Amino acid sequence: MTIRVVLPAHLQTLARVSGEVKLDVDSPVTPRSVLDALETAYPMLRGTIRDHVTGTRRPFVRFFACEQDLSHESQDAPLPEAVGTGAEPFLVIGAMAGG
Amino acid sequence: MSSVRVLVGTRKGAFVLTGDGKRERWDVSGPHFGGWEIYHLKGSPADPNRLYASQSSAWFGQVIQRSNDGGKTWETVGNKFVYDGIPGTHLWYDGTPHPWEFARVWHLEPSLTDPDTVYAGVEDAALFRTTDGGQSWHELPGLRGHGSAAAWQPGAGGMCLHTIVQDPSQPRRLFVAISAAGAFRSDDAGTTWRPINRGLKSEGIPDPNAEVGHCVHRIAMHPSRPGVLFMQKHWDVMRSADAGESWQEVSGNLPSDFGFPIDVHAHEPETIYVVPIKSDSEHYPPDGKLRVYRSRSGGQEWEPLSNGLPQRHCYVNVLRDAMAVDALDPCGVYFGTTGGQVYASPDGGNTWAPIVRDLPSVVSVEVQTLR
Repeated sequence: MTIRVVLPAHLQTLARVSGEVKLDVDSPVTPRSVLDALETAYPMLRGTIRDHVTGTRRPFVRFFACEQDLSHESQDAPLPEAVGTGAEPFLVIGAMAGG
Repeated sequence: MSSVRVLVGTRKGAFVLTGDGKRERWDVSGPHFGGWEIYHLKGSPADPNRLYASQSSAWFGQVIQRSNDGGKTWETVGNKFVYDGIPGTHLWYDGTPHPWEFARVWHLEPSLTDPDTVYAGVEDAALFRTTDGGQSWHELPGLRGHGSAAAWQPGAGGMCLHTIVQDPSQPRRLFVAISAAGAFRSDDAGTTWRPINRGLKSEGIPDPNAEVGHCVHRIAMHPSRPGVLFMQKHWDVMRSADAGESWQEVSGNLPSDFGFPIDVHAHEPETIYVVPIKSDSEHYPPDGKLRVYRSRSGGQEWEPLSNGLPQRHCYVNVLRDAMAVDALDPCGVYFGTTGGQVYASPDGGNTWAPIVRDLPSVVSVEVQTLR
């Protein structure tokens, strides 16, 4: 199934994409399977969202979908059905900062 | 026709400044990697079109970029920096053990002979190397394996390995410097290391013979005399005539011997440059006057160089990696400031002019001489 992913601006630049990224992801659709597919398609993103070794989310990065903060959910928990159908995107968000 | 390429790393991107042989006309490209911190970028001495850049952010971590065409285009290469074995601990600011954690690459030093081999100095302090053009990086663990490593503590900027110097006459000899552990030398291509800090005096270290703990800011060498090293320490400018076995203070008549960068003239191995900074808590020039100081005698006797530099109300800093020289004749000297200016002198420091005035805060400056 085709999953939509929205990256923060700096990672769009790094991956040389604009707008949403579309990925083919096998079921079950989870944060881990989406991020695995993302990093396979765009290997320059490895280490920028998840730690290279532990695979954990970087501290200033959050995951959202369907107006829910999924950052603290298990990476193996199924994402909302609307993400799996492509109706809603999976959002990778950089923490806002600037003072 | 000769030209120079000045590689500038800033808090918000990289810039490439290309100048003619007279260093009068400049073309500015950038920002490359806009919005990201570029701690350092440097070209390969073996292939001037091969450049490497350290790109990082607190949000998205470390990225390494490589260019094969002198900075016109870039490609990402490997960014996996994993300490060898179980990382262990060093000391935190309060003296308690703290696990070794990778933060960023401070300095990239391409091999003198192989464009695919590059050394990387990182925070928390360790030395990595790639031999495949940056695709993969491996720690040289003998440095952190030195028995003193568990007692290393960070300086104010973090515990960074910021200086890597290669000896052109002895390819297996490397020097590195770590804030605030000190200087180290390897004579076996980075396999084993020993501290070379004898003669350094640091307020706050009770033991006058302390092997480590000194806050070395920068080391410079002239390639024709690789046994002579110059050091800008937290306080004190130092010189070694025996490849770091011993150090002598050469601060002499400097208005302040605190500072960050130090560099050597391309053709005069005892002509050196520093930028005095008022103090470690006031990171700006004394009296609001931006002055480079030059010694033609390897230290002790210094002269201020101010022609073309701001001499009132100037409160910028010049960071440790933000000074470089070209190899033209006369030798060009360059430095960048935290205020975003990059100054160039086409005559060994006698006169200065800004190439650019309004970049983001400058972290690093390197120069390539293109013939």
